[in-house]
Amino acid sequence: MARITPKDRFYTKEHEWALDNGDGTVTVGITDHAQELLTDIVFVELPEKGKVVAQMETLAVVESVKSVSDVYAPVGGRVVDVNGRLEEHPELINNDPYGQGWIAKIAMEDPSELASLMDAEGYEAMIAQESH
Amino acid sequence: MKKTPLYERHIALGGRIIDFGGWAMPVQYDTVMAEHERTRQAAGLFDTCHMGEVEIRGEGAFSFLQRVLTRDLADQRPGQMRLSLMTNERGGILDDLTVYMLSGDRYLIVTNAATKDKDLQWLLKIRDEGGFGDVVIEDVTATTGKVDLQGPKAEEILQVLVPHYLHTLKFYHFLETTILGMPALVSRSGYTGEDGFEIYVPAEGIGRVWDRLLQVGGDYGLKAAGLGARDTLRLEAGLMLYGNELDEDVIPFEVVYGWITNLEKDFVGRDALRRRYEKGVERKLAGFICRGRGIARKGHGVMKDGREVGVVTSGTYSPTLGKAIGLAFVPPGLAVSGTVLDIVVRQNVIPAQVVDLPFYRRKRQYYFFNLFI
Repeated sequence: MARITPKDRFYTKEHEWALDNGDGTVTVGITDHAQELLTDIVFVELPEKGKVVAQMETLAVVESVKSVSDVYAPVGGRVVDVNGRLEEHPELINNDPYGQGWIAKIAMEDPSELASLMDAEGYEAMIAQESH
Repeated sequence: MKKTPLYERHIALGGRIIDFGGWAMPVQYDTVMAEHERTRQAAGLFDTCHMGEVEIRGEGAFSFLQRVLTRDLADQRPGQMRLSLMTNERGGILDDLTVYMLSGDRYLIVTNAATKDKDLQWLLKIRDEGGFGDVVIEDVTATTGKVDLQGPKAEEILQVLVPHYLHTLKFYHFLETTILGMPALVSRSGYTGEDGFEIYVPAEGIGRVWDRLLQVGGDYGLKAAGLGARDTLRLEAGLMLYGNELDEDVIPFEVVYGWITNLEKDFVGRDALRRRYEKGVERKLAGFICRGRGIARKGHGVMKDGREVGVVTSGTYSPTLGKAIGLAFVPPGLAVSGTVLDIVVRQNVIPAQVVDLPFYRRKRQYYFFNLFI
């Protein structure tokens, strides 16, 4: 059932992903594992464009029927774009967490922060550890 | 954590277990949304073994209950159940519970899970003050198994297992019957706003009843449902939850429970409640629907004209309405349908409109929901 963890991006311990767009920005979302834990996502509080966040600072909030979870910024920087479709269709995160369910784009302050994140293999190993 | 006799079945069904008042209970098996919608459209089966059951019997049983409960039970007949409150000397709500009249001198009261031990101590304390004649108070929680079968298909499903004709069983009435050869008590009642039943059998047989109901009910769309859906269903139905809306600092008139509080009768807390009634309440529970983007949750502040005026007691996304709904304590003047309030959700302030309860009322009703409980 679980989706393949894409190898083209980086992962945090808090289950966010960051895709390096190669232009100084990263696209950010939450992982398949995270959306599975949350189940039916019914609301996403998006950041304002232009907001400046530090690495692992709260970037957005996703809510399921029962729970409220922070989404942390995998890297610090300025929010240059947000996925406005999530306002009407928060379930995109459940249905396509690595694609149409992206949350925001951040212009990186310090691209070297990416090095502190995990790759797909490392993230999958962490999940496997957690479930034991 | 304490486990109900159905715990292993929850694990086998993939239930996610949480601590609910000291009990290891399934919050969901599938998703809250799916279990909620299934219960509204077909049926859901809930483990409610964690709830407390206390038998009150003896010649003084009736006068004892009249003393500890806010509701006048004089018109209750065997086979009927009543919703009531138990209050302390200050009139604060110790618990909301249901009372089954089994016979003239035998009652079963069903309490919340987290309040059961406290209730029991309170009942023993009042009994020992004397004046009721012979009253036996017996905690039968451990030997009683309980499940709630809820939803428009509940009657058809349960009828397969029960020899008595269920269609004529009225809301908040019960019958003593048999299920799978075991003695069973079945009431038409529940906590979801749907038609449905609360089913009691000996604890050692509840697993078999659970399995059989899921097996029979499969054809009708029945599946197990967890506490997550139980909470969203009860909130849509405008039903209160002890620990959220109700506690020892809340009095019945603040939560529109005046209708089950009879000040003409002598019960513990009556005098205090009379004074509070004459003085008027300073806050009232109001239902609201969020008009802005965001979901109000328990503990969020309520503002009016820039001033903090109250607090949210329960809040969720309503699967049926597709909107965020909630209950909040606000000054009585604001607890009026149409009033616009502001809810403080993190750093945002979102508008919400006070509405009449319930948020959801099922279409086909056997009996008028609010009149008979």
